[in-house]
Amino acid sequence: MIDKTIDSFSEAVNDIRDGDTVMIGGFGSSGIPLELIEALRLHGARELVIVSNNAGVAEEGIASLLRDRLVRKIVCSFPRSAGSIWFERLWERGELELELLPQGTLSERIRAAGAGIGGFFTPTGYGTRLAEGKETRVIDGRGYVLEAPLPADFALLKADRADQWGNLVYDTAGRNFNPIMATAARTTVVEVGQIVPVGDLNPECVVTPGIFVNRVIARKENRHAAA
Amino acid sequence: MQRLEPEQIAQRVAADIPDGAYVNLGIGLPTMVANYVPDDREVIYHSENGILGVGPAPEPGTENPELINAGKQYVTLLPGGCYFDNAESFAMMRGGHLDIAVLGAFQVSARGDLANWATNNDKYPPAVGGAMDLAVGAKQVFVLMRHTTKDDQPKILEQCDYPLTGQAVVKRIYTDLAVIDVTDDGLRVRELYAGNSLEDVQALTGVRLLPPA
Repeated sequence: MIDKTIDSFSEAVNDIRDGDTVMIGGFGSSGIPLELIEALRLHGARELVIVSNNAGVAEEGIASLLRDRLVRKIVCSFPRSAGSIWFERLWERGELELELLPQGTLSERIRAAGAGIGGFFTPTGYGTRLAEGKETRVIDGRGYVLEAPLPADFALLKADRADQWGNLVYDTAGRNFNPIMATAARTTVVEVGQIVPVGDLNPECVVTPGIFVNRVIARKENRHAAA
Repeated sequence: MQRLEPEQIAQRVAADIPDGAYVNLGIGLPTMVANYVPDDREVIYHSENGILGVGPAPEPGTENPELINAGKQYVTLLPGGCYFDNAESFAMMRGGHLDIAVLGAFQVSARGDLANWATNNDKYPPAVGGAMDLAVGAKQVFVLMRHTTKDDQPKILEQCDYPLTGQAVVKRIYTDLAVIDVTDDGLRVRELYAGNSLEDVQALTGVRLLPPA
């Protein structure tokens, strides 16, 4: 009998090791697994490579991992935003490596890793600073940049609901990077509002099939509410 | 000389958004274009984080913290709208499925090169987001910007000296002075706002402008 439910947030992340690559879902303030990130911060693995669209604001989420010096490198499309103080501080001091990618290149590299694709040519970034050092090719008169797949050791994600098999549905735009990151990590851990019995999710509406998911955990406030 | 207010430029762009168009509006001023599209046109707005059919801001107290646009503002979904993941969203952008992208710019070159993601100040940390994907992918890229910098230096130049977002991607430039088309012959003035002469606009432009056809 398959049950991917985990009860403890610390247990959900306790095999993340120093130097691991960790994808973190979210776009701006939406679809971020804040409780899993807090568990990772308390777990204390260091020298992490974080793959995420943004780099966190104020003291929250990814910003708290930066503040506690747990991150060696961030792979990101839009690290700077209003309130991204920890990213800016560490970047200015040269204490954080940044791999800046166009957003569609970031998501397609993640998708490629999850789909078993060995790389792809994208027109995005051709002739710009972000293509420097990358192989290019002209196909049918148009310039393209070769991009490699981007896999991870772990993905920490947020969905609205899961069942025990790890099938996922999302809340509106909270979907963003979460479904593709689920496919690209060796171990995918998902924080949800509610875990429902197998069979309760409408199969026509499942967004992430459970084959891509290893662990699901319900947020604490919801478990208290249910108790 | 007549300089339009930013809202008036947004209004001018809105007049050119046709019924039935799929449109992505960039962060900041371009987002305001939606406020001025006439009610009798049905336009479907795309947001890069994964929304088609973006609606207006929610009533206070009804915000869903997960439902934001690319500018991280709370939005709503119109009937018929839908959500999708980021890779599918960028397939729409990169794959040529959007009719129009309206973007801000630091600089535009004579051949339609766009510079809107970074300056030459390397002390300032970079961010790019979806700008490069929109630039190469939308069927038409409209730029909405002031014609000059704050100290009246031209932003329309022979060559951009800021890092490029994309090469030869801009189709039309809407500024506070004029509307300019990027054509195979060069930059051709499409419309001079009332009170502006070609000579006035030329004096604030870094490249030779062709007169209206």
